[in-house]
Amino acid sequence: MDKKGFFGNWGGAYIPEVLYQTFQELQKEYDRCRQDPAFWEEYLSLMSTYSCRPTPLTYAENLSNYFGGAQIYIKREDLNHTGAHKANNVMGQGLLVKRMGKKRVIAETGAGQHGMATATMAAKFGLECTIYMGEEDVLRQRPNVFWMEKMGATVIPVKDGSRTLKDAINEAFRDWVTNVDDTHYVFGTACGPAPFPEMVSWFQSIIGIEAAEQIIKYHGKMPAKIYACVGGGSNAMGIFKRFLDENDVELVGVEAGGHGIDSGSHAIRLNCPDASPGVAQGYKTMFLQDEDGQMKHTHSVAAGLDYVGVSPILSDLWEKKQVRFESATDNEVMEALDLTMKKEGIIPALESSHAFAGAFREVGDLSPDDAIIINQSGRGDKDIFTIAHAFEDPSWKKFIIDRGKEYSAK
Amino acid sequence: MQLEQQLRNKRKEKDILLMTHIVLGYPSFDANREVIKQMVENGVDCIEMQIPFSEPMADGPVILKANQDSLAAGTKVEDCLSFGAEMAEKYDIPFLYMTYYNIIFKYGEEPFFQRAAEDGIKGLIIPDLPPEMGESFLALADKYQVAPVLIFAPTSTNERMRELAGHGHGFIYCAARRGVTGKKSEFGQDFNDYLTRCRKATSLPLAVGFGIQSREDIEALKGKADMAVIGSRTISLVDSEGPTAVGPFIAGLR
Ligand SMILES: Cc1ncc(COP(=O)(O)O)c(C=O)c1O
Repeated sequence: MDKKGFFGNWGGAYIPEVLYQTFQELQKEYDRCRQDPAFWEEYLSLMSTYSCRPTPLTYAENLSNYFGGAQIYIKREDLNHTGAHKANNVMGQGLLVKRMGKKRVIAETGAGQHGMATATMAAKFGLECTIYMGEEDVLRQRPNVFWMEKMGATVIPVKDGSRTLKDAINEAFRDWVTNVDDTHYVFGTACGPAPFPEMVSWFQSIIGIEAAEQIIKYHGKMPAKIYACVGGGSNAMGIFKRFLDENDVELVGVEAGGHGIDSGSHAIRLNCPDASPGVAQGYKTMFLQDEDGQMKHTHSVAAGLDYVGVSPILSDLWEKKQVRFESATDNEVMEALDLTMKKEGIIPALESSHAFAGAFREVGDLSPDDAIIINQSGRGDKDIFTIAHAFEDPSWKKFIIDRGKEYSAK
Repeated sequence: MQLEQQLRNKRKEKDILLMTHIVLGYPSFDANREVIKQMVENGVDCIEMQIPFSEPMADGPVILKANQDSLAAGTKVEDCLSFGAEMAEKYDIPFLYMTYYNIIFKYGEEPFFQRAAEDGIKGLIIPDLPPEMGESFLALADKYQVAPVLIFAPTSTNERMRELAGHGHGFIYCAARRGVTGKKSEFGQDFNDYLTRCRKATSLPLAVGFGIQSREDIEALKGKADMAVIGSRTISLVDSEGPTAVGPFIAGLR
């Protein structure tokens, strides 16, 4: 990151003046933490006692045999407390909030995982907490809404625009500019104004640091390829960062193909003619927007990937060809999820299932001497309603209908 | 730049100037035409025309909805620019564009400035473009003599205000409080201290906006600011009573 917050052509801090001072303070505190080895130690200790770090690297023997190509390893971010990599970023920012002495945190959430993690952190650190969530996502991710509220957070459904992640971000910014004195905005992904993209990636980089050690231990050498799904880009940056200088490791980001790249109904920001450089939500990146610069509607079966922008760091790595980008459609994702459950007894989140789908497409072409790592950014439990719906599961449907009758009778 | 001089000349005749805000294409360009006519006929000194954007991060519910409805009705940037040219041609007061940076970025900075200058637009207010991010923008503003209006906030330090003032032209837009557009502001001691800080930081005319709704609000600004900005209030008024209610409302403000 340069002094103005750019990574190559991307990033920056396009913020309203009212936030200028807060960003100065945030940047200063972040710089102090970066230079203080004790801070990282405190972070590691918190993550190993409150969450489940280091998370395991699981050898997926059945899937490896099934495809007959490279050995498949899965980095298990689903085993973090609250069920996703989001906790890594949130607990790190929580430590920062304590140092800055703010009393209240706010966050946007798409899949609800970041909101969950933030609500958890707020409960643990004794902070007031408000979560903004697109109305559409509230419906898609109902279990997470329930838990956030149970942990004492206020969840505000956002009814503007496309009623998804980007609208939740706008609303969180509106709250922040109003309550800037006592409130920190726990940005959930490697996007937004500087220093968020870099700071979030730093906290998430723990994924790759662990994975590098683990793969050497189990496989004896670096992996040939690493796959991660890309919403805003935080889990991808988290696992990629450690390997950026490893020239023999190919890094692959998998975006949400939705109904297909030609459908106009997807969230593919890189390698897609529907996207172009733009500035919104405080930063410059590739956005899905029209020729006037108005953001387009996006679609993905995975709420956490259903977003118009992407990390400026990933736009830079894409432009410099250090990361390859692919996409997986909703249908491919459901198939990959089904296969992973049946073969390994593991339930990836719909977001993470994109990484699996991307990897499954290519793994058969690799040599059995090679290994790949798939970053399982989260667990699928939160998606039970969406997955059951997509599989048209008859016994689940009956359960819901019966429970509905029971409630309406009262 | 011309804008500053125009405002200074007007200010000699009035103890406070009035700037109003409209969202282009909301509820329609025809309604915009009527509203602007009413505004000008009733003595408004300057008008900021917002080119709608899908992500108006600094705007509250009223203007947010106006942005979304305008876009949903099919408003294009080109429609806004032709309308802006028409107004600047027709009326003898300064017209400004207010919008978010992406609109200008996508149009192309230089083509946008060129067009604005040709069309007689006197200034631009871009709430998500701090001067650190606007190097080329500020240079083009100078080249085309379209004033870049910068914003002070109550959270700005004195040092920051001086820095902003060094880049701004035309006038300084002082946000009356933290937060987004729309909600009412309190004009107590804190506010007066803030305006005193603003006054010390710059010799440019000071406009005060965010939550100014009534004659009393404007009265309270006299002697402290050069221009009052009425934003969401007239938009709500058009929503509830139609464009023709704007004239009497404006006439009753001073
Ligand atoms: C499980 C999971 N994976 C991935 C994502 C996408 O975010 P990012 O690209 O920042 O990792 C989300 C976001 O909500 C998520 O919940």
